[in-house]
Amino acid sequence: MDFNFTEEQGMIRDSLSRLIREKYDFETRVGVVKSDSGWRPEMWAQLAELGLLMAPFSEEDGGLGGGPVDVMIVMQEFGKGLVLEPFVPSVVCGGGFLKHGGTAAQKEEHLTAIMSADSTFAFAYAEPRGRYNLADLETTAKKDGSGYVLNGHKAVVIAAPWANKLIVTARTGGGRRDADGISVFIVDKAAKGVSTRDYPTVDGRRAAEVYFDNVSVGADALIGEADNGLGLIERVVDEATAAVCAEAAGVMGVAHAMTVEYSRQRKQFGTPIGKFQVLQHRMVDMFMEHEQSISMTYMATLKLGEDEVTRKKAASAAKVRIGQAGRFVGQQAIQIHGGMGMTEELAVGHYFKRLTMIDSEFGNVDHHLRRYTTLSAGEAKLAAE
Amino acid sequence: MNLDFSPEEIAFRDEVRTFIDKSYPKELFGFGGREDLSREQYLAWHKVLAKKGWSTPSWPTEHGGTGWTSTQRYIWSEENARVDAIMPLPFGVAMVAPVIYTFGSDEQKARFLPKIQSGEEWWCQGYSEPGAGSDLAAVKTTAVRDGDDYIINGQKTWTTLAQHADWGFFLCRTDPKAEKRQQGISFILIDMKTPGIEVRPIITIDGSHEVNETWLTDVRVPVENRVGEENMGWTYAKFLLAHERSGIAGVARSKRGIEKLRAIAANEVIDGKPLSEDASFASKVSQLEIDLTALEFTELRTLAGEAQGKGPGPESSILKVKGTEIQQRLTELTLEAVGHYGAPYLRGRPADGSNTYDVGPDYAPHAAPMYLNMRKTSIYGGSNEIQRNIITKMILGL
Repeated sequence: MDFNFTEEQGMIRDSLSRLIREKYDFETRVGVVKSDSGWRPEMWAQLAELGLLMAPFSEEDGGLGGGPVDVMIVMQEFGKGLVLEPFVPSVVCGGGFLKHGGTAAQKEEHLTAIMSADSTFAFAYAEPRGRYNLADLETTAKKDGSGYVLNGHKAVVIAAPWANKLIVTARTGGGRRDADGISVFIVDKAAKGVSTRDYPTVDGRRAAEVYFDNVSVGADALIGEADNGLGLIERVVDEATAAVCAEAAGVMGVAHAMTVEYSRQRKQFGTPIGKFQVLQHRMVDMFMEHEQSISMTYMATLKLGEDEVTRKKAASAAKVRIGQAGRFVGQQAIQIHGGMGMTEELAVGHYFKRLTMIDSEFGNVDHHLRRYTTLSAGEAKLAAE
Repeated sequence: MNLDFSPEEIAFRDEVRTFIDKSYPKELFGFGGREDLSREQYLAWHKVLAKKGWSTPSWPTEHGGTGWTSTQRYIWSEENARVDAIMPLPFGVAMVAPVIYTFGSDEQKARFLPKIQSGEEWWCQGYSEPGAGSDLAAVKTTAVRDGDDYIINGQKTWTTLAQHADWGFFLCRTDPKAEKRQQGISFILIDMKTPGIEVRPIITIDGSHEVNETWLTDVRVPVENRVGEENMGWTYAKFLLAHERSGIAGVARSKRGIEKLRAIAANEVIDGKPLSEDASFASKVSQLEIDLTALEFTELRTLAGEAQGKGPGPESSILKVKGTEIQQRLTELTLEAVGHYGAPYLRGRPADGSNTYDVGPDYAPHAAPMYLNMRKTSIYGGSNEIQRNIITKMILGL
């Protein structure tokens, strides 16, 4: 057992952390959020130059030979700096589908472009009436000659306004919510029949509703096996879940540190409020929640390569614990900052907003608790047989 | 003891319901509890109620109260919550007015109460300062006598909706040398148009402009605008805060919130079934409703005590703590219920002024801003930590 980072991983963390410190201060971020585009393509390019977008891919695929631990390191730093750029949508999701399901030609065309930031991907999986069930799809892809024709509506596609490519999950067979009959496609956002309604999100990013109206794609748009895509989707979503857990742990750490610092500075009744025991214990509870979130992030990250049930349970367990921890830490950070915590002017509120939104990404606490329970029941049944 | 309404009370409820259905401004349906209303929208129902003589039910009858029993007042708030009515704001009606009719001069009563009742004059509260939040007695804003005037200097913060205010009630230090900090404070009414007052917006994390910083520089106010005795302001301030707390439970509104949450959950789909039929979500809503029932009956007991002449005491701290925890939990569950559509930030209403959005269901865009906004409730009106301190000291005697 070893919880240490390799020298290379340490370097990734240090260079990213320096970049964020120098170019991602709170005021700069506020300005970017308010700007027309809502992100900095030049920052994205710089992250690519640092090699971060290559980090989790094998050398064979043109990457640096890292994996989930590298993603975890990047996302913790992203969380600390509330970085907006779409590492999870493009690298973890887009790159993940190609890594696990792409053909050599698809990797050649798309993975290289993801790593160099020449292409940016967004992951269009959610639907207006599907909630967190990845198989509950109304979007369809009908076979048309050698290719497919897509129709449907994808909801709240994070980073879609910044993307030029979309990963789209669609039903190619079976009934709604069936595990079989699901396929995954790469769709050019500029393709005929794709339209978007872009908007900002509560936590300062950008997302879009994406509509597909008889969008024709070629056979080479299909990633993985036709009709058998759910396994691939779940794998990538588990990886993305671990990544946002790492981000949440980073966010929580800063929210906690800011709160402790504020409690040292802020005086009421002639004394720093950090001297009041009721607040001390509350901040200790926040600390414990944060520590456990880091632990769960490690756990889930290290189990991503194990068998399917182990991996799924690990990702769900982490998301449950971190969803709960994030709510507690976020709410108490605001409470202890008092009225100041309610203001847009202080950074802590923005950390709170990000924590709030992470809960609903890739399934909230309830969803993952249910998934964990179902998986455990399945294991128990197998053991009984 | 019994819980039944008498035939008179049932007749009263029907009268109120008919009146609300007939008179509540149609254009405001569905606006309750939402951010960024205009001054006119805030005042529309207040003005209708004033004509009817119902804008200030809790006031003594000689000043224009309705003389309703506590049961009638309970019915009144229930019926208003049914339509999500935008009620008269508390700053005038429920906060400064009781101070004026209890401690003010006859001139002050005649000058201020009718215009509070009619909704003609809008009030804001100048209590908190950057250095005086939970520790309110630390206020530093000074009022120095100059002939028949006070000259006021200082900075107030969290002045709710001061951007619309005509008048404000301010806590100012009139005796900086007083032995105890609480002893040197006066309660002063200030015309917000007086030269030297500057109101600057504070934008909160939900993006709304509800609170402000208020700067006072050499603001000249006639001494006759002081309520009660000089240096006795702390007594009036505490009196006012106890009144503020008793209205803060928001039981009727939370009941309505649970109804709305249930309607949302019935419309949301999970694995092809309504979310309202999902066992874990449904049990969370039930738990919330049970907590609300406990709060409701605690409030009813408090109201019954008030009807027997007991003023709102430290028990009102229970209502504040539990009431705000429930309001916050309600917004948490609402945000959970809307799923992915909690994320889009569609600030303000659609340009056509309707309730219809082109992204997600119409109930979704407000879920996250409301959740964020309602974090204030455990901070304002004396934070929930301060309320627990009050109970510790005043009830437990520790």
